[in-house]
Amino acid sequence: MRKEEKKKEKKKEGKRRRSSTFSVCACSSETELMRFMLLFSRQGKLRLQKWYTATAERDKKKMVRELMQIVLARKPKMCSFLEWRDLKIVYKRYASLYFCCAIEEQDNELITLEVIHRFVELLDKYFGSVCELDIIFNFEKAYFILDEFLMGGEIQDTSKKSVLKAIEQSDLLQEVTWAPNFHPLILQVGLLQGLLHMGYI
Amino acid sequence: MPAVSKGDGMRGLAVFISDIRNCKSKEAEIKRINKELANIRSKFKGDKALDGYSKKKYVCKLLFIFLLGHDIDFGHMEAVNLLSSNKYTEKQIGYLFISVLVNSNSDLIRLINNAIKNDLASRNPTFMNLALHCIANVGSREMAEAFASEIPRILVAGDTMDSVKQSAALCLLRLYRSSPELVPLGEWTARVVHLLNDQHLGVVTAATSLITTLAQKNPDDFKTSISLAVARLSRIVTSASIDLQDYTYYFVAAPWLSVKLLRLLQCYPPPEDAALRGRLTECLETILNKAQEPPKSKKVQHSNAKNAVLFEAISLIIHHDSEPTLLVRACNQLGQFLQHRETNLRYLALESMCTLASSEFSHEAVKTHMETVINALKTERDVSVRQRAVDLLYAMCDRSNAKQIVAEMLRYLETADYSIREEIVLKVAILAEKYAVDYTWYVDTILNLIRIAGDYVSEEVWYRVIQIVINRDDVQGYAAKTVFEALQAPACHENLVKVGGYILGEFGNLIAGDSRSSPLVQFNLLHSKFHLCSVPTRALLLSAYIKFINLFPEVKATIQDVLRSDSQLRNADVELQQRAVEYLRLSCVASTDILATVLEEMPPFPERESSILAKLKKKKGPGNLPDINNARRNVNGSSEHTETNEVTNQGSTPSFTDLLNLNSSPSTGASLLVDAFSDSATPASIDVNEENFPRFVCKNNGVLYENLLLQVGLRSEYRQNLGRIYVFYGNKTSAQFLNFSSSVTSPDTLKTQLNVHNKAVDPIVDGGAQVQQILNIECVSDFTDAPVLNIQFRYGGTLQNIAVKLPVMLNKFFQPTEMTSQDFFQRWKQLGAPQQEVQKIFKAKHPMDKEVTKAKILGFGVALLEGVDPNSENFVGAGIIHTKSTQVGCLLRLEPNTQAQMYRLTLRTSRDTVSQRLCELLSEQF
Repeated sequence: MRKEEKKKEKKKEGKRRRSSTFSVCACSSETELMRFMLLFSRQGKLRLQKWYTATAERDKKKMVRELMQIVLARKPKMCSFLEWRDLKIVYKRYASLYFCCAIEEQDNELITLEVIHRFVELLDKYFGSVCELDIIFNFEKAYFILDEFLMGGEIQDTSKKSVLKAIEQSDLLQEVTWAPNFHPLILQVGLLQGLLHMGYI
Repeated sequence: MPAVSKGDGMRGLAVFISDIRNCKSKEAEIKRINKELANIRSKFKGDKALDGYSKKKYVCKLLFIFLLGHDIDFGHMEAVNLLSSNKYTEKQIGYLFISVLVNSNSDLIRLINNAIKNDLASRNPTFMNLALHCIANVGSREMAEAFASEIPRILVAGDTMDSVKQSAALCLLRLYRSSPELVPLGEWTARVVHLLNDQHLGVVTAATSLITTLAQKNPDDFKTSISLAVARLSRIVTSASIDLQDYTYYFVAAPWLSVKLLRLLQCYPPPEDAALRGRLTECLETILNKAQEPPKSKKVQHSNAKNAVLFEAISLIIHHDSEPTLLVRACNQLGQFLQHRETNLRYLALESMCTLASSEFSHEAVKTHMETVINALKTERDVSVRQRAVDLLYAMCDRSNAKQIVAEMLRYLETADYSIREEIVLKVAILAEKYAVDYTWYVDTILNLIRIAGDYVSEEVWYRVIQIVINRDDVQGYAAKTVFEALQAPACHENLVKVGGYILGEFGNLIAGDSRSSPLVQFNLLHSKFHLCSVPTRALLLSAYIKFINLFPEVKATIQDVLRSDSQLRNADVELQQRAVEYLRLSCVASTDILATVLEEMPPFPERESSILAKLKKKKGPGNLPDINNARRNVNGSSEHTETNEVTNQGSTPSFTDLLNLNSSPSTGASLLVDAFSDSATPASIDVNEENFPRFVCKNNGVLYENLLLQVGLRSEYRQNLGRIYVFYGNKTSAQFLNFSSSVTSPDTLKTQLNVHNKAVDPIVDGGAQVQQILNIECVSDFTDAPVLNIQFRYGGTLQNIAVKLPVMLNKFFQPTEMTSQDFFQRWKQLGAPQQEVQKIFKAKHPMDKEVTKAKILGFGVALLEGVDPNSENFVGAGIIHTKSTQVGCLLRLEPNTQAQMYRLTLRTSRDTVSQRLCELLSEQF
């Protein structure tokens, strides 16, 4: 009985495309690797870009242009995922900004949407109801926050507290002249008014 | 709000950014940027040493300018200086600049690596994290080489802070992805697996990512992670939502970690240990159960996170493909999502179900959702969702529902988005063929396809329908009747005219009995479309007309009149004119018997993979097509096709497309016609046939000779001065050939130059059978003439005598020689004696296509030397002729003149006879 089962199993394994361990290894599917993240405005201005695989500068520009065009042309009620080249694009609009991630074919779309959302929350916590201008004028901070959250396209820590603590610590290290009671992060923990301001369109 | 004033507030930077924002035009912006760049440059070059703050500010400005899309070619050094600053913010900006604008300047890399090394050794977790981030961001080979051995140490060291561990794990992952060979597995790997047990969920999350990637490449080394992952997962799914505190995301316990663990488990088959397996099944069941619970929050984040875990669990269930109950439950869950109000969920459910459809356990369960999916096709407003629905319908299709699904897809096709029409057409064509129970349905479907989306019906699709109709005699009459009716429409697609022309030309006789579709009516119907069609279609119609002359003698005069008209006989298009002239002549000179033979019904096509399926695979990439081809049954699989077809087809018509491809070199169908025609002009049979001889100058395989009884095919190979030819004799009749013999003879002079040995063949060749003969050839010295293959046999009481010139030419003994431009010209000069050079100027006989010419020169046997001739239009080649007695070096140059449609061919060899012969042979080829 057991033997028969095994036989059957084997037969099936041969049939399936992404089945047994070894065949998976052979096709070397990467997991959860985000290829890049873009933030751009409704007017098509790129506000932040983060590339997690080596890409030539020229290709980057071309890809950004192409992708902005596609995403900006989509209607509000459409789904947040689309197939583009050999990648999957997951995007979401927050107020005037589009957050757009490229992931691989077999990656989890929904969790990527929440990666975006968590990043927005972090920005919001840090800047206090973040708006596009905050990201323009403090672009370096936006990059620091993103780096603290994602590394090499992988989530480094999913805890909002840990990430904010790390950023807060680095802010404390910044200037000695800081007033000791000036801790905007701590003041705002628990407030989500920023997100309410932004709404989900 | 503290927002903007926050942090270290570089005022100069803020001013600069608002200046840029206030620029009214692109030009103004560029002007402002150039001004700033000049300013920064002068500051960097100035005598006064900049303080850290200014340096940071200017580097930050440069970064901003770069991110706006402008090139930055300085400032790297200043950024590297910032790395060794004691102030955190300066260091941070320095690292940011480096990771965004990394430069492959090796001096810099060394400096950067040095700074990183210092920070890694600093034991200050914040600095260590910055350094690790920089390595991960840059991820270059140099960095991997410098730090690949250091990072695992940091990762598993007992005293490393949690936050540093997280960074180290992901940093290592990044390096492993870009240069796996630089990250050897070692003693640390076992300890990394145990990070799955770590108290800190952030560490576990980062470690799971690393382990998953490592396990994919080295499954055996990480087998122990299975039990740890299951244990961890089980703890998460059974925890109360507050247990995990900050790792609970909108009331979902550690969704990221859960997804990652489920992903890690997809690297392995189901656990063998029964207890472990049970525990995992329990986890998966719990996840499925949770999907049924009422939501704990109305926020979309809650449902997204919950469903992200659910979809990953379903992926694992599908991957294991071993628990029927779980598979069916997964399918039902997805079925619920199909009607969810969230577009995202509907999209994902369709996508996920596509993979479920290929599992034998859940195929039936998937099928129960057919109506919903069909409905999605009709009502979804987002084209990408509809596309998923089409994919799913395709995946769930089987014999039981094929008719309905094909009908729905056809209906959808009428309104489908242009971007996906071609793919739907291919899918419909494949399903119709694969699940055709009766072929009348198949024919109807394809004709419908052409009617609805003619422009998107690629050649493969209509070739295929003809292939199938020709191979299945039970559908031919129906096909003729149906195309005849379809052609009645006042406006029909050109593809329909093609199919109609071909099918009526072959099988029009099957419906000619009915006075409503009498031969004349058929002809007039076809001819009424003629003038609206493109050249290739007209050419096809002309062939259909000549077939009509054979099928229906009563319309011969009418058709001859049409062929005779100026618009045909003097058509500007060469192909059409030639067809008109030849067909007209054929219809006049040939007897009915010859006509009947020449224009015989097309033979069945050999069994092969559906060309449409190949096309769809190409379009979608091999991985994306559901397993439909595994169970694929070819419909035109008639077993009459044996190797005979295979071999005889080798040289002449390797693929079906050639048969219909009117622009390619003559195919069997056409050449059969031409052969018969020229035969009737020179009715000689014992004469040595050398008609196909020139065809073999540049190739080694093909059909050498063919008549009504016999086909002779060749396959030859040469090495140095030796050659071997396999001759295949195919008996095309159903009766035996008796006293069959074949031998090779050579004229007297040739006998000393070329040795040919042939083995005797079996004297009896059965009807439909094929025999093979091997000829061994040795080239003694250079030669001009060719040996003759004499074939004799008795068929139906009469002795048949056939003599064919055997294509053994001097150029077969070429060895290609690569040489540089310099060598070539040096040798070219050395061979400058007048008798060594032979030149010929001649008119092009074929279209002057560069690629074709290249192929011919290569087929001739010489090496094609690129970049030797200053004029890139010219071709230059070199090779050595090997004979037993000597070797002859040979250089050639071919200069096309496209304007005059002429070529000039020059050959230089050390032997005049060789030059002469090679020139004769090659000049006939273009």
